[in-house]
Amino acid sequence: MSFLMSVVDWFRDPSHWSGDNGIPVRTLEHVQISIESVVIGALIALPIGIALGHYGKFGNLAINISNAGRAVPSFGILIIAFQIFGLGDTPTVIALVALAIPPMVTNSYVGLSEVDKDVKDAARGMGYRELSRLLRIELPLAVPLVMAGIRTSAVQVIATATVAAFIGGGGLGQFIVGGYATQVYPEVFAGAVAVGLLAVATELLFGGIERLLTPRGVRLERSRLAQRATTFKAA
Amino acid sequence: MAAGLFLQGEDQPWIIWSWLFSHVQLLIDATNQHLQLTLIAVGVGLAISLPVGVAAHRWAALRNPVLTVFGIIYTVPSLALFSILVPITGLTVLTAEVGLVSYTVLILVRNIMVGLEAVPSDVIDAANGMGFRPTARLLRVELPLALPAIFAGVRIATVTTIGLISITAVIGQASLGQLIYQGLINDFRTPLLMGTLLSVLLALVADLFLAGVQRLAVPWART
Repeated sequence: MSFLMSVVDWFRDPSHWSGDNGIPVRTLEHVQISIESVVIGALIALPIGIALGHYGKFGNLAINISNAGRAVPSFGILIIAFQIFGLGDTPTVIALVALAIPPMVTNSYVGLSEVDKDVKDAARGMGYRELSRLLRIELPLAVPLVMAGIRTSAVQVIATATVAAFIGGGGLGQFIVGGYATQVYPEVFAGAVAVGLLAVATELLFGGIERLLTPRGVRLERSRLAQRATTFKAA
Repeated sequence: MAAGLFLQGEDQPWIIWSWLFSHVQLLIDATNQHLQLTLIAVGVGLAISLPVGVAAHRWAALRNPVLTVFGIIYTVPSLALFSILVPITGLTVLTAEVGLVSYTVLILVRNIMVGLEAVPSDVIDAANGMGFRPTARLLRVELPLALPAIFAGVRIATVTTIGLISITAVIGQASLGQLIYQGLINDFRTPLLMGTLLSVLLALVADLFLAGVQRLAVPWART
């Protein structure tokens, strides 16, 4: 009980809410580097996944990308990238982008390739050209899975950005890593709670965006969607 | 923690072969420990997931609560989850395993439920008609038919766990992650590269091995 009280005290200490090592600044750093990484990852992954799904080619490759992604320990990639690029945000962004790509490729591939063939034929019969068919028929139908891929990536990137603190990066991981180093365990615990809440909040936020972007006619039961989307867990 | 920030410069080779040859035993031990942590996590995870998955399949009211609770745990970053457990269970194997098991449970429960749901209702009708009672029907008809999905879950859980274990080095557990972590702290590239490569290799070998077992165990679902 006294331990939990010291965690509460840590959160109530005003000095932990201001300055460069305060919770607001650390959260901002955490979110900033995560957004950068997810955006770069999406710019690489979505065109690949969408193209592969649209043409229905290299399906095994698209699916195996996320299996291979699971096998790679992002902790190792981060530290190897740190050895190559040294201090700064570059190694973190590289490790996070590498982590963000596989779920987005796989899910957007599955989403596009599962669009009903009859629907595509009907669109062709109505005179849609290829590009407008992709943009106005196939993509809207694939939105739930494409967004599920982005959500999975975003949550994993937020989770793994924690590890950046090991190589001197900012973010909420600083409280965990710094707390272990100085053996101030209430700080470790407080940092862990903060990161955990941020990850859950990200999941909920993207779940909401997903629902808003999904055309009304295509809304699936969430459980059915969850079965088709790939699970992905790193760091 | 800050030790890793003193870079020795780019001229450090990625592999120092003399160190490698004199530390073969260290690499073998670390791989073994990594494998042991994985086996416990997936084994215990499966022992928990089977009854939970079957119960959630049978009583629809359990489905959403089960998936939500484990879904939230699954979302929590591993470093954070381990750190939250440390005050309760200390810097021990138990801390590592409680965290790893809770992640495997979500993957496994979900696949068990998907597998059981995919059993065609005609098959269930036929089993009922042949006089199977619910328990016998579950054990002898539904679970065997769900095996391919369950195997898929075991493979994902195994590969995921092998990747996640690296971070348990931070809470003092011996594994390939410890090589990565020590490599960072001592700014020594050979162990950190070997730790990462061996971890990827172990994941791929484990996945291939399970794929082989699956082919033998579920001969009717070969693709």
